[in-house]
Amino acid sequence: MASTRCAACKYLRRRCPSDCIFSLYFPSNNPQRFAYVHKIFGASNVGKMLQDLPVHRRADAADSLYYEAHCRIKDPVYGCVGIINILHQEIHNVQCQIAKIQAEIAFIGTHAQSDQQLQIAPNLDPNFLAEQKGLSNSFDDSSTWFF
Amino acid sequence: MGGNSPCASCKLLRRRCAKDCIFAPYFPSDDPHKFAIVHKVFGASNVSKMLQELPLHQRADTVSSLVYEANARVRDPVYGCVGAISYLQNQVSQLQMQLAVAQAEILCIQMQQEQAPITTTSPVLLEEDDKSSLFLHQNDLPQFLTFSSSNNVIYDSFKKESLFGQDMIS
Repeated sequence: MASTRCAACKYLRRRCPSDCIFSLYFPSNNPQRFAYVHKIFGASNVGKMLQDLPVHRRADAADSLYYEAHCRIKDPVYGCVGIINILHQEIHNVQCQIAKIQAEIAFIGTHAQSDQQLQIAPNLDPNFLAEQKGLSNSFDDSSTWFF
Repeated sequence: MGGNSPCASCKLLRRRCAKDCIFAPYFPSDDPHKFAIVHKVFGASNVSKMLQELPLHQRADTVSSLVYEANARVRDPVYGCVGAISYLQNQVSQLQMQLAVAQAEILCIQMQQEQAPITTTSPVLLEEDDKSSLFLHQNDLPQFLTFSSSNNVIYDSFKKESLFGQDMIS
């Protein structure tokens, strides 16, 4: 009968007991998964971490440990923190872009209103109307702006 | 390191702090918690190996990021740092949606301005022959519509090997 040791016990070259804490989360068909986790955290620490958790949380914990270990191996200086930094920067960049566009929209709105006012005013300009109608008088009284 | 005072790691590990102790520059004795938490999550032996494999000028940043990760793992034993990454990714997605909405809005405004001739509501206020002031000048808007490459940053970031010269400790 073929050996059914988990990846952890294979790596550690030991017998895989029936209640092995690693076996469910480090199957023998993915030796890299345990190798990474062991390199960064150590088998003993991983075992303790998993044991301290309720059973239904252990799968997620094993996945996140593998992800962190993978990041740390790829980037030995910053690991996961490098990715967090990138995301923070991205959030800042997008927020700036949104603020820019919102400011532009507000500017257009203000500009549109003032342009509408400018269109009405020339037509009520008494000097303008006087020129159009051949009148020579200029109006000093502002009340004559309205007909 | 300095004088007779062992560093925090040698104190915790109850050993003599050698002059060339690899931990001493990064785990001073006045902050025992820092090493304790890193040791709890990663183990002193693993940390020592990691530091030894790196050039001197990168070790301080490495320790900072390890401390950060260890703290995150202690706060959240299931997800650790990965929980923060997931949260930030969601935030980026939401902001990108907001950005898309804002960009669509400004596009609409531009199109409205380009297409609609401006007319006033009161005929009394208009001279029929006066056409010059009826139309808004076309806005010389700078193009804020260039989509950044941020759409793929989330996915690309996990492929990038990011190198920063900044201190990771917040």
